[in-house]
Amino acid sequence: SGINAEWHYGRVEDMAFRSLAIRSAALCRRAMATEASTNTFPLTFGSPSKNIHDGTAVKQVDIPSTTGHFGILPNHVPTIAILLPGVVSIQPEAGDVQKFFVSSGTATIHPDSTVQILAEEICDVGDIDVAAARSGLEAAQSKLASASSEVDKATAQIEVDVYQSMVASA
Amino acid sequence: SSGINAEWPLRPGYKLYFEMAVPMLRTTLTLTPSATRGMATLKDIEMRLKSVKNMKKITSSMKMVSAAKFARAERALKPARAYGTGAASLYEKNDFDTSGKDSVLLALSSDRGLCGGIHSNVGKMVKAAHAETPITKAIIVGDKAKAILVKVIGDTFLSCFNNVGKKPTSFTDALDIAEEVLSHDYDTINIVYSKFKNIVSYNTEEKPVPSLESVESNAAIYVYDEVDSEVLRCYQEFTLANIIYHSMKECEASEQSSRMSAMENATKNAGEKIDALTLQYNRTRQAVITRELIEIISGASALE
Repeated sequence: SGINAEWHYGRVEDMAFRSLAIRSAALCRRAMATEASTNTFPLTFGSPSKNIHDGTAVKQVDIPSTTGHFGILPNHVPTIAILLPGVVSIQPEAGDVQKFFVSSGTATIHPDSTVQILAEEICDVGDIDVAAARSGLEAAQSKLASASSEVDKATAQIEVDVYQSMVASA
Repeated sequence: SSGINAEWPLRPGYKLYFEMAVPMLRTTLTLTPSATRGMATLKDIEMRLKSVKNMKKITSSMKMVSAAKFARAERALKPARAYGTGAASLYEKNDFDTSGKDSVLLALSSDRGLCGGIHSNVGKMVKAAHAETPITKAIIVGDKAKAILVKVIGDTFLSCFNNVGKKPTSFTDALDIAEEVLSHDYDTINIVYSKFKNIVSYNTEEKPVPSLESVESNAAIYVYDEVDSEVLRCYQEFTLANIIYHSMKECEASEQSSRMSAMENATKNAGEKIDALTLQYNRTRQAVITRELIEIISGASALE
């Protein structure tokens, strides 16, 4: 009868439309995925007691390393680096730049573009007390001036460097 | 009339004796410790009951203390896990040789017991590994593992750490252990520890960590740009400390959760024992009363 035929036709049309919708959604998703991977990379950033990012997608990270201050963008060359005391600045996918002062640690960039930055101590730049850092710097400088043995000189020098970068970053 | 006849209700006439005798009996109960036919005396059961009740109080309070410590340990484990897996990522994404002949065993446990099978499982895993390939060097953390393993591999001990378990482990503790490990030559470190799964279960696992030499000798490391030996050495040392810290945090969470469930079981068992002993106590008390009554009644009937 007439009604049956209509229903059958409508169903076929519906199925065709649905499969087209599914296919185009898959294409969209694939396109979005590639767009995401060229724009951001997963970052793990933390200390033993505090985890800031665990695989979050970020756009750029700048780190202070022994081989110089450098920035990491997606698809950076794989490398490993040792961090110096200084500021790590992170540009997340959405939002403002985050700045953290790190004491020391390591940074690893893998061939699959995942990045792990592990630091012994992390503190938000906003939490640094400039006055305390400055007085610490003065104390460390006087200790360096009065240091006698090589070990003492090296320890005092490290203290001076750390306080200097703290004061500079605050 | 027959002698002993304690059928209830008492025949009239003896009722008076019963009414007089019961208060007298109550005062004499504590003065009759004689056991009949191996049945435990009232005093014995009373002492056992008191000691089991004490034990229940202790295990119940230990459970609450370890529940609090577990909550803290689990909270600390979350950032430690992200940190430790991040640190180990270099070894996981690349296949470095960890089958070295010269391997050091690092067994992680603690000083305190009453935590279920934590320490014995670590001991079992070490003994099984030792049976496969004999262990030549071992560093033991925790007195419990030391006590278990000293008979098996005591001559391979390089150093032992104790004072573990009282306070939560800090990164400085992991640094101390890493420094000790790095002061020896080796190809691989095998860390045996208890990995926390969930509040009721944990897995005892063995995690191999390659040494600087085995990483340097593997071509895979040169995929990473600008890697000179000084950078690699610092990186290896720091990563080892990170992995040790993560493993210690896992051990802590496993141990506290295991102690919690062990103490809960002990409390439950003590409660069941108290119920059984109380029943036995009441039955014994009634039997003593009945016996006294029978003696009085049969004594009275003999007078007739």
